[in-house]
Order: sequence, then structure tokens, then C-alpha cells
Amino acid sequence: MKNRLKVLRAERDWTQAQLAIELEVSRQTVNAIEKGKFDPSLPLAFKAARLFRLAIEDIFQDEAAS
Amino acid sequence: MSKLKTDSSDWAANTARNTKRLGYWTAAWVVTMAIANFGPRFIWQLNESLTIIAILINLAIGFGMIMANKQHLKGLDEMHQKIQLEAMALSLGVGLVVGLAYSNLDVTNIITFDAEISQLFILMGLTYGAGVFAGLRKFR
Repeated sequence: MKNRLKVLRAERDWTQAQLAIELEVSRQTVNAIEKGKFDPSLPLAFKAARLFRLAIEDIFQDEAAS
Repeated sequence: MSKLKTDSSDWAANTARNTKRLGYWTAAWVVTMAIANFGPRFIWQLNESLTIIAILINLAIGFGMIMANKQHLKGLDEMHQKIQLEAMALSLGVGLVVGLAYSNLDVTNIITFDAEISQLFILMGLTYGAGVFAGLRKFR
């Protein structure tokens, strides 16, 4: 699964640590999601969508569908 | 957009608290294990009542450690829970398969020494550690 987390975070000038605090996960988890090494659960994806005020599909894209 | 939290979150503080609590329970369990093991010979000269009390205390603290570990795992984020799950699965699997094979070697006298349960725990501990290390590397 691809995602735009790193771009969205950079646009807001947030660090991984700040985003991790907002999402209530560790900084390592934010890093793994950004690198596409770990796919977040649906509740965590919703939390990210709420934080960025975007739809989930605006942040996360299914690679198989593209 | 809402202002970002600048301090570490409740979640991070809770995780740190759970980790510390698990550390205390584990340390207490190790100490009571040592007392129950060495106490009869070196402290209370094989007094049976004291030995039973020491074992019961060790058992009770062991259950406390299990609950602390469960709470610690529940408090982790989803990626770390996954790492722990995979490490525990590896440790349990290796412990079961290699442990029973090792036991067979002992029962059939292919090895000349006795298979000790402590050796199995060392193997499981090392496998678990290696599993966590591999998981952390995988998602780095």
C-alpha cells in the first residue's frame, strides 16, 4: 500500500515524533508506515485521515488497484 | 488545523509506565525464583515449610508478571504488537519442536547427558530475542 504521509507531514512541517504523538504510536511506526514497510490498521488510517482532514483514500492508495 | 501536542502523549507515558511495571515484576520474579531455588540449601537448611512458602510466593509473583506482560503488550502500538506476536510465535514454535526433539535424544540415550528444562528456556529466550531483533530490523 502506498501513502502520502511523508508529503503531508512535510507540508505541515511536522516531525515524525510529532506525528507519532498525534497518532498515539511510536516514531518507529510512523517511519515504517511512511516507508511502506508497515500497513496501518483501518482505525489508525482513520485517525490519520481525521488529523489531516482528508479522506483515507487521499492518504493511502492500494498499489494493486493502480 | 488543531495545534499539535508538544509534550509526549498520554499513550507514550502509559507505554513507558507499563514497561517499567513489567521490569519491576520481572525483577521480583527472578529474585523470588533465586530465593526459592537456593534458599533451601543456603538459607533455611531444607526447611520444607519455608520452601513451600518461597515457591508459592514465586508463583504468585509469576502470575503478577504475566498480567504485567499482558498489559504491556496491549499498550504497545500495532506495529510493535505485530513484532512481539511474530517473535513469540517463533519462540513457542522453536521451543516446542526443538525441545521435544531434544527430549527424544535424551529418552533414547543418543545424548549422554540429561536434557534440562532450563536449557529449553534459554533457547526460547534467545529465539524470542532474535525474533524481536529481526522484527525491528524488518520494519526499520
